[in-house]
Amino acid sequence: MDVAFIIETIAKIVVILLIFSALAGLGTYFERKVLAFMQRRLGPMHVGPFGLLQVAADGIKLFTKEDIIPQNVVKPIFKIAPVITAATAFMAAAAIPFWPQFTVMGYTVHPIVADINVGILYVLGVMAIGLYGPLLGGMASANKWSLISAARSAAVFISYEVITGLALLAPLMMVGSLSLVDINNYQVGGIGNWIVWSQPVAFILFWIAAFAETGRTPFHLVANDHEIIDGFGTEYSGMRWGLFFIGEYANMFFISFVIAIVFLGGFGDGTIAGAIQLILKVAFFFFFFLWTRAAWPDVRPDQLMWLCWKVLMPIAVLNVVVTGIVMMF
Amino acid sequence: MFEAIAFYLFAVLTIVMFTITVMTQQALYAITAMAAGMIFISAFFFILGADFLGAIQIIVYTGAVMALYAFGMMFFDTTRNVVEKRTNTQIVFVLGVLAAVMVVAIFVAPIASNNIEALYPVDAAIGNTQAIGIVLFTKYLVPFELAAVMLLVAMIGGIVLAGKKMDKSLTLMAEEDIGSMDDSLESKAGGH
Repeated sequence: MDVAFIIETIAKIVVILLIFSALAGLGTYFERKVLAFMQRRLGPMHVGPFGLLQVAADGIKLFTKEDIIPQNVVKPIFKIAPVITAATAFMAAAAIPFWPQFTVMGYTVHPIVADINVGILYVLGVMAIGLYGPLLGGMASANKWSLISAARSAAVFISYEVITGLALLAPLMMVGSLSLVDINNYQVGGIGNWIVWSQPVAFILFWIAAFAETGRTPFHLVANDHEIIDGFGTEYSGMRWGLFFIGEYANMFFISFVIAIVFLGGFGDGTIAGAIQLILKVAFFFFFFLWTRAAWPDVRPDQLMWLCWKVLMPIAVLNVVVTGIVMMF
Repeated sequence: MFEAIAFYLFAVLTIVMFTITVMTQQALYAITAMAAGMIFISAFFFILGADFLGAIQIIVYTGAVMALYAFGMMFFDTTRNVVEKRTNTQIVFVLGVLAAVMVVAIFVAPIASNNIEALYPVDAAIGNTQAIGIVLFTKYLVPFELAAVMLLVAMIGGIVLAGKKMDKSLTLMAEEDIGSMDDSLESKAGGH
């Protein structure tokens, strides 16, 4: 463990934090523009060219707004809950290979903070901890809407974690490794080798579960505006509310990376073209999150549970069994 | 050196977290501290090179078990302190100390007698995850299968206990039907 390694790791952490915090902010801009386009509106257009500086204006507003702590809340938990959401979202990034390794001035850079050999398990585990943000925020808020939202988030997360795990099991059986780098290398050799062709069911299941894990429409019932106001975020103001937001958008980016790497070949053989392809794939999945929000209504909580336990889980289990049988013979 | 620093850091953090869990009167502090403690325990697995167990520790304990506790906490007001009924503090104290001494003795005894040896030392050629799979499906196959059967029994039991009215959906029923169905329940619960 030498000094160069420590400096390199810290530099990588800082870069990832900065890029994805900025991307989370820009993500809100993209979301508003895409939604506006689909709903025949203009979206943000007054601040800066094409409304681009709207992100900065929102940021300044959030940072300078008064941090209101309501009277009956459990103060320390109420304060720490948004930090949990944002922190776990970024912690999950530690095991994601964002790019193939490249060489700058004779020094090889691996754009992954910690190449542990249980990468995908770690990412899923840490994303699962993200549940504590909405859960604790909602329960500490002394507000009925927040409490309902906390209960919903716990139910949704526990249910859909089962789907994520079972859906990933089949591709992992084929690859024989839990490392995201190994999963990527398994699919080297062009579009025909992508896991999505041999595991289409797992791909769809994981994609559906990704919507539940990030709490996006059509599974947005954790903070469903028209029935429980802003759910766990109802009592929050200023930057604490903003941290929930950053966590949600960072999670969307990271889960897009995971889908692209596990099912769609990731960065391929590691050339520049492969790296650009990965960015395009991630951009598509992020766009799809926004697209569904504009196009689909939300489902009811009982429909969500029905979908999870009575439809998706049996399909996922069948998929694992069939994969096992095919691999055996 | 880094391992030593990490070990003492996480040891202190773990102990502090579980102390809060036991000592606090506020249920939300307890559950947050316990979840954090479970995560800090996973750090020891990572320090020991058991990556798979570390990740599983986070997923199972923090992601699933603690989330279920949190689900149970929905049934009471978490913003108020829980007042425990302690009838005899001496007995609690004596039992607590005895239990602590016993746990320490159990773990120190094999270390003190130098009687620890790894029956299945880690093979450097195969990965950590594969090593667990090999041990689980050879040496520990019977306990592993027994655990699976017990979990299945628990799951079926849970479904039988909870599933009495599962074919009816409250959301899809008409208002008056729900009223007539709940009459018998409300009189028992006392309503509030």
